[in-house]
Amino acid sequence: MSNPRPIRAIVALGSLTALLATAACSGSQPAAPASGGQQTASSANWDEKGPITYAQGKDTSGNVKGEIDEWNKAHPNEKVTFVELSDSADQQRADMVKRAQAKSGEFSVMSVDIVWTAEFAANGWLEQLPADKAPMDGMLKSAVDGATYFNKLYAYPSTSDGALLYYRKDLLDAAGIKEPPKTWDEMKQICDKVLPGQKGMSCYAGQHQKYEGLTCNIAEAVNSAGGEFITADGKPAVNTEAAIKGVDWMAGWIKDGTIPKEAVTWKEEESRTAFEGGRILFLRNWPYVYNKAVQSKLKGKFEVAPLPGLSGPGVSTLGGHNFGISTFTKNKGTALEFVKWMNSPENQKRRLQKASNAPTVEALYSDAELTKQFPYLPTLYESIKIAKPRPKAVRYSDVTLAIQDSTYAALQGQKDPKQAFDELQTKLESLTK
Amino acid sequence: MATAVETAGADAPAPRSGRRPKKNVLSDGQGGLAGLLISPTMLVILLVVGIPILLSVRESLFRRNDGIDPVTGMIAQGESFVGLQNFTDIFANPQAVPAAWGSVDRLINAFLNTTFFTVVCVVLETAIGVAMAIVMNKAFKGRGLVRASILVPWAIPTMVSAKMWGLMFDADGIVNKLAGHQTLWLADNNASQWAIVIADVWKTAPFIGLLTLAGLQTIPDEVYEAARVDGASAWQQFLRITLPMVKPALVVAVLFRTLDTMRMFDLPWGMIGPGKYYVETLSMFAYFENDAGRYGQAAAYSIVLFLYIVLVAFLFVKLLGAEVVDDPETRAIQDRRRAQRKLAKQQRLSSRAGSTVTTGSASS
Repeated sequence: MSNPRPIRAIVALGSLTALLATAACSGSQPAAPASGGQQTASSANWDEKGPITYAQGKDTSGNVKGEIDEWNKAHPNEKVTFVELSDSADQQRADMVKRAQAKSGEFSVMSVDIVWTAEFAANGWLEQLPADKAPMDGMLKSAVDGATYFNKLYAYPSTSDGALLYYRKDLLDAAGIKEPPKTWDEMKQICDKVLPGQKGMSCYAGQHQKYEGLTCNIAEAVNSAGGEFITADGKPAVNTEAAIKGVDWMAGWIKDGTIPKEAVTWKEEESRTAFEGGRILFLRNWPYVYNKAVQSKLKGKFEVAPLPGLSGPGVSTLGGHNFGISTFTKNKGTALEFVKWMNSPENQKRRLQKASNAPTVEALYSDAELTKQFPYLPTLYESIKIAKPRPKAVRYSDVTLAIQDSTYAALQGQKDPKQAFDELQTKLESLTK
Repeated sequence: MATAVETAGADAPAPRSGRRPKKNVLSDGQGGLAGLLISPTMLVILLVVGIPILLSVRESLFRRNDGIDPVTGMIAQGESFVGLQNFTDIFANPQAVPAAWGSVDRLINAFLNTTFFTVVCVVLETAIGVAMAIVMNKAFKGRGLVRASILVPWAIPTMVSAKMWGLMFDADGIVNKLAGHQTLWLADNNASQWAIVIADVWKTAPFIGLLTLAGLQTIPDEVYEAARVDGASAWQQFLRITLPMVKPALVVAVLFRTLDTMRMFDLPWGMIGPGKYYVETLSMFAYFENDAGRYGQAAAYSIVLFLYIVLVAFLFVKLLGAEVVDDPETRAIQDRRRAQRKLAKQQRLSSRAGSTVTTGSASS
C-alpha cells in the first residue's frame, strides 16, 4: 500500500462537493412501478369538498389575489390557498413536475402552460375532466384543442394567446397603401415602396433568437405555408414541400436583409423596442405589445392585423394557459368548482381588463365594452380562431429544442433549409415514437 | 491522520525491507482523541456528501421508462436498470450537435466547451490577476480605493453580471457601438464563446488578484533590496523572487478557479441561454437532461464531470504541489516520512546490490 495523504485527499474531495448538487437533486427517484399512468377519470371523487391550493406563476397584476379573496369569502369551508410561483416559465414547470413526481397533491389546481399540457396528461399527473362536469360550450375551439390529449380533456382553458402583425399605419398611409398585407409577397412589395424613404428601417421581424419564441415563429411560418409539424395522426411531417417553403421564407428574408440580421438575437422585448424605435416596419408579436406601444411615441401611428401567409392569411401559434387538477390532490370537487368559477365569463372579462389576459370564452371577443377598451380584440379573435397549437408531444422539451436546432442552423446560414428539416424529420420521428 | 499512520503501522504484515519503523516518531499518541473530535464533522459530510454521491451513482445506472401507450397516450412509469448504458450511449448512440468542434456528440461537445472555458479563462485570469496584484501591492495614493473597486466585479452575483454583459453584448449594445462592427455575440457562434470568456475573466480575475496580493504582502522588502544591490532587473526580480515566493498562494487560487470554472453554469445560461451548443457546458447539459426528466442520464453526466474535476484536482495537487491546507505539523510529518522512505529505499538498493539473487525475488 502506497502512502496516502488523507488530509489532502479529503480537502480536495471536499472542495468538489458543491458540484454534486446537480447530481444529488436527481438522486431520489424510486424505481417502484407506479400506477398513476393507468388511472382513469372514473376513479376521481368529484364530490369531495374542502380546502385546496392553487399554484400559478407570479401574479404581476395582483388580480389573482383579489379573485381568490372573493372565492374564499363566499366559500368559508372550501378555502383556496394561493401558491405564487416564479415568473420564469421553466421554473414554474420544474416546481409542478417535482411535486407530481413525488405524487404530492400539494398543488391541487395548477395553471399549466398550453405546451406542458400533453406531458402532464401523459404522465397521469392531471385528472381527466368528464364532459358532463366541465362542458366546453362557448369556448374557443382552438383553446379547447390545446387542453385536449388523445381526445380527452385534461384541463380547463383559462387564457388564450395568438400572434398579431403590428404595422406602421402612418407610413403605409403616406405611401398610399390602404390595406395591411395578407401574404408575405404583399408585405415585401409594401416594404419596397415604403422603405427607400426610411433610413435604418428594415421590413419585418418576429422573434428569431434560439428559444421557445423561435418554435412559435417557425411553426407559424410552416403552418402559414400550408405545412404541418405533426399531422393529425401524430406523425411528423416537416420535410414536406409546404413546410420547407415556410422555412425557406424566413431563412431567405434573413439572408437578403428583409428581416434584419441581428434579429437572430431578438426575443419579444428586443423586437418590440426595434419596432417602437422605428427600426422595423412590420412586427410579429403577442397582444401585450399593444398596450406598451400606445404608451410609446408610436401612439396613433400603428395598427394591428392578422398574420400574413404564403398565399393567404397566416396561421398563428396558439399560446395560453389551462387550469389542471392534480391527480394526487384531495377535495377534487372543490377544485373543479373553483376551476369553473375562475374561468367563468365574468372572471375572464375581469382578467382581461386587469391583467390583459386574452379570454377563452368566445363571446367576450365581441363584447362592446371590451372591444372599446382593447381595439385589437377583433383582430386577435381572427388570429386565435384559426391558431394552431405547437406539437402536442410528451417529450416537448426535446421536440422544441430539435425544432430550434434545425431552424436556427437554417437562419444562421449554417445549413440549407431543406437539409436542416430533413434532419429534423428524422429526429422528430424518433422523439414521437 | 495520526490514527491512520498508527493503524497502518500495526496492521502491516512485516514490511518488505523489514526495517520500517513500527510507530510514527512524530505522533503524540492522541490519535484516538483526534478521531473522536473529528467524527461529528465526518458524520455530517457522510450524510450530506457521501450518501448523495452514492445515490447519484445508483441513479446513473437507471433510466426512466418513457414508452407511450398508443391507445391512451399514457406514458410508462417507473425506471429500469440499464447498467452503464447511460455512459456508453455517447459511443453507441451519439447525439451529434454542430458547434465549435465540428459535429460531435452533445456530451463530448459539452466536455470540450468546459475544457476550453477552463483553460482559456483560467490562463487569462491568472495573467490579469497577477498583474492586478502587483499594481495593488505598490504604495500609491488611493490604493485602498483601487483595492476595493477591483473587487466589485467579484462581488456582483453571476446571474446579474450575466444579464449585464448580455445587455452590453446585445446587437445594439455598447460593445458593438465601441467596436464599430456588428457582431452577434448573443447568437450561437464563436463570438458567443468569447463573450463568455470576456465576462468570466472580468468577473473572476479580481479573485486571483486578491489571493495573489495576500501572498505578495508576505514577501519581505529586504529580498528585493538585496536583489537590487546585486543588479537584478525588474523582470529578473519578478521571475526569481516574486513568482517563486507567491507560488503557494497563487497555486491555490488557480486551483480554486479551475475547479470553479469547470462547473460553469450560470454565466452561459443567463447570458447566451440554454440549448446553445457553442457555450453549453457539462453542468448545463446535465441540468437540461434533469429538466427533461432523464434523471439517469443527468446523474451519469454529473458523474463524468465529477470524475473530471477529481482528476484535475488530483493532478494539481500532485504536479504543482498545491497545499490547500498548509499545516506545519502535517508538513513535518510528511517530510519525516519522505526521509524514512528514502532511507529505506537506499538500504534496499544497497542490500540488493550486495546480494547475488535476481531482481525478481527481491520484490516478493
